[in-house]
Amino acid sequence: MTRFAPISCFLVALLVLGRPALAQDVVVSPEGPVKSLSAAIEQAPPGGRIVVREGVYREPTVVVDKPVTITGEGQAVLDGQGERQIMTVTADSVTVRGLIFRNVGVSFVEDRAGLKVDDARQCVIEDNRFEDTFFGIYLAKTAHCRVAGNVLQGTGATETQSGNGIHLWYSKDIEVENNTIRGHRDGIYFEFVEDSRIAGNLSEVNLRYGLHFMFSDRCQYRDNVFRNNDAGVAVMYTKHVEMSGNRFEHNWGSAAFGLLLKDITDSRVEDNLFVKNTIGVYAEAANRIRFERNHFQENGWAVKIMANSLDNVFTRNNFIANTFDVATNSSRKHRSRFEQNYWDNYEGYDLDRDGYGDVPFRPVRLFSIIVEKNEPSLLLLRSFFIDVLDAAERVVPSITPETLADEKPVMKRIL
Amino acid sequence: MQTTAKVIKYELSDVIRSKWIVLYALFFLVVTEALFQFGGGSARALLSLSNLVLIIIPLISILFGTMYLYNARAFVELLLTQPVDRKTLFGGLYTGLALPLSAGFLAGAGLPFAFHGVEAASHATTLMTLLLSGVLLTCIFTALAFLIAVTFEDKVRGLGVAILLWLFFAVLYDGLVLLLLNAFAAYPLEQPMIALMLLNPIDMARVLLLLTFDVSALMGYTGAVFEQFFGSLLGVGLSTAALGVWVAAPLFWGWRLFRKKDF
Amino acid sequence: MIDIVGIEKRFGRLRVLRGLDLRIERGTVTAIVGPNASGKTTLIKAILGLIKPDGGHIVFDGVKLNGAWNYRERIGYMPQLARFPDNLSAREVIDMLKDLRGRPDDLDEELLTAFDLESELGKPLRTLSGGTRQKISAVVAFLFRPDVLILDEPTAGLDPVASSILKDKILRERDAGTTFILTSHIMSEIEELADDIAFLLDGTVHFAGSTTEIKATTGQPRLERAIAQLLTMDKPALGTPSTNGHSKTPERFVAADAIAPKP
Repeated sequence: MTRFAPISCFLVALLVLGRPALAQDVVVSPEGPVKSLSAAIEQAPPGGRIVVREGVYREPTVVVDKPVTITGEGQAVLDGQGERQIMTVTADSVTVRGLIFRNVGVSFVEDRAGLKVDDARQCVIEDNRFEDTFFGIYLAKTAHCRVAGNVLQGTGATETQSGNGIHLWYSKDIEVENNTIRGHRDGIYFEFVEDSRIAGNLSEVNLRYGLHFMFSDRCQYRDNVFRNNDAGVAVMYTKHVEMSGNRFEHNWGSAAFGLLLKDITDSRVEDNLFVKNTIGVYAEAANRIRFERNHFQENGWAVKIMANSLDNVFTRNNFIANTFDVATNSSRKHRSRFEQNYWDNYEGYDLDRDGYGDVPFRPVRLFSIIVEKNEPSLLLLRSFFIDVLDAAERVVPSITPETLADEKPVMKRIL
Repeated sequence: MQTTAKVIKYELSDVIRSKWIVLYALFFLVVTEALFQFGGGSARALLSLSNLVLIIIPLISILFGTMYLYNARAFVELLLTQPVDRKTLFGGLYTGLALPLSAGFLAGAGLPFAFHGVEAASHATTLMTLLLSGVLLTCIFTALAFLIAVTFEDKVRGLGVAILLWLFFAVLYDGLVLLLLNAFAAYPLEQPMIALMLLNPIDMARVLLLLTFDVSALMGYTGAVFEQFFGSLLGVGLSTAALGVWVAAPLFWGWRLFRKKDF
Repeated sequence: MIDIVGIEKRFGRLRVLRGLDLRIERGTVTAIVGPNASGKTTLIKAILGLIKPDGGHIVFDGVKLNGAWNYRERIGYMPQLARFPDNLSAREVIDMLKDLRGRPDDLDEELLTAFDLESELGKPLRTLSGGTRQKISAVVAFLFRPDVLILDEPTAGLDPVASSILKDKILRERDAGTTFILTSHIMSEIEELADDIAFLLDGTVHFAGSTTEIKATTGQPRLERAIAQLLTMDKPALGTPSTNGHSKTPERFVAADAIAPKP
């Protein structure tokens, strides 16, 4: 028997995966014999396919407890009627595709979601719509899942009355791609998520953060757009993060950040665009981060770096039309370096024509320190008096941190 | 009214012939064009130009205005022997100077933008704000110039006062405000700060420009007053209204003095 | 034609006019004479509305002047020193004044021809000699056929030929009914032109009357001597004193206000 084991395994696998699909499909439709998704799941064999035809389905929370593929056709709407979670996946290898999840309803007791995957693997959630679901997609204790092409539209009016768009907790190896999230509390929320990839998502007009994660090591964030979120993006307590090609745009407010990095270490922030944020990058206790080829434009503060951030490197970034290029909270020695960046405020010269300015650029203005201490003085921005003060400070630095200087500023903008 | 138009007409031809105004327009033309040539792009040009506008326009308007009114003494006296109302004459004199100064600035600073265009739609708003601020500052400092020239009989003293007044509004005032802010740092200063800005026309124009250049930073304010002020049209409306008052007040005062003045 | 009642004017601490009364009759030439700083020019400027009196009032042809300006339609004025806007030419000044007065058809260009000014009209006024400007000033004064002509030292800068042309013109116009007020230091000229004399001293009318009256009162056959004598005479000895300061005697005699103290 033992010598046949590989063959029988193969046969079993063939039975499960390679079986002709159509014959086994369970069809759910308002008029057909199967009128609810729950009933269809009951009927379907493990690994079976369920097709949900166009229609509005109202039924108690659908529990997917076997590996099935659920596909919506046309406007297949699952309506939570404002009082319950719509679908809970508890089995591995479940695929949910093309459905519309609607109207979950606010709960202050439980984290209700449109679709919750609980303690499962290999799930695929693709091309669904989530309308007015409290939490949209909620993955808890999952692994090897793919969440892609979903559109999530929350309608919560306040932070407490809305849940997160894509919420991941204790998960690993997840792909979150090309989703669109609007109007939730946090667009994308990760806690204890590892080795995951977040790419091509658009997260905008959320009530708190466009992206919010903590304790989520070794994740990659690529080519996402975080725009016009109430507080921007905040990431914390994490190592080995890679953020590249993202756009952080138009995050305005007294506590709004393009990207807030708190206790982030050994990470890379590259080729991102920071445009029109109150603060482009805010780094607090952020260590050994490499900021390279980012473009900072028209931000209030392009970079605010606290003195407790150590050994960060900013190189080959563009700083253009920012109100303040770099600000900090302390004039003591900084252990972060700026080198070979382009600063549009640089007024030096390049006599030897090697492409680098011959005198260092000090991106921290005296005025930024004044504003730090006395906020209303911000209104004196661009006044002649302040410009004279700044110029004097630049010639003879006394208050601004001497170590925060770009010794080799680039003369032409990069890219 | 008709007489006002006639007075303006003759003053205009006089001002234009003095060539100062042409130099003034040329100055803005050359500077703005240079900013385009070296600064790269309309955003940078707008920023540098606005710094210039806040300093140069008040200076030139107040100096040129004071000097002009002293030099126009003969013209004024000639007209006052004619059937011309003093009110009409004063209005005409003022318009006849504020108009070409504004036009000189608009033409000088505006033409390069018309030629090169702006890079983004938001820059067009900024440009409009800049041009409007420039015109308002011209009107304000010409009015102040008239007030000075009517108040002080002596030309040298008048010019001295004009320079001091410019120095005060353009430089010293902000220094004093900064000292004040530091002295009272323990108190909530949002409202007094806005009031202080309203009291200086150059600051007011500057704040108006900040609202277009530096919204990102201004939105970082924690004070609710600021958010209200900057986050809405209220800020723009109030600033513009304050600038309007700044035109009207010295002009009215100047006119009252002019009405009683001996020639 | 013009009644001046109790006019007061101070410049700072200096009392220039001290309750001055004077009546100017229609169709006469009244010469205002007096030593330097006796208030002649100030009086003229008060009539023109160039200065605002501190007290008293002036009635012009039945209309009380109080910020009025329409009456200046009926006045031609030739100042002591002709000052014109520097950049304009005489033609432009004349055109401007015509324009201001609503382009009347009936212009008196007699002096323009008599002075032979055609070739000078196109040049900027600052390039012209003092005498030429004085001539233009005279042309301007007569141009609009005013009812009242106020001439402050009209012949001062003129050559003898021009001077006599002007004097002939004055007499002709007087005969045609125009009222003249003129000041002059040249007694022969006054003797030649004036019907009435108002002698000003320290801001009041020290003596007023016809030339014949002055000569009669002082017993001097020549005006120059007569006026010199007036200076040395005590006021109460003069003619008939008028207590209310404003006499309507047929002799057109108006005495100085006797209460004015001497400094």
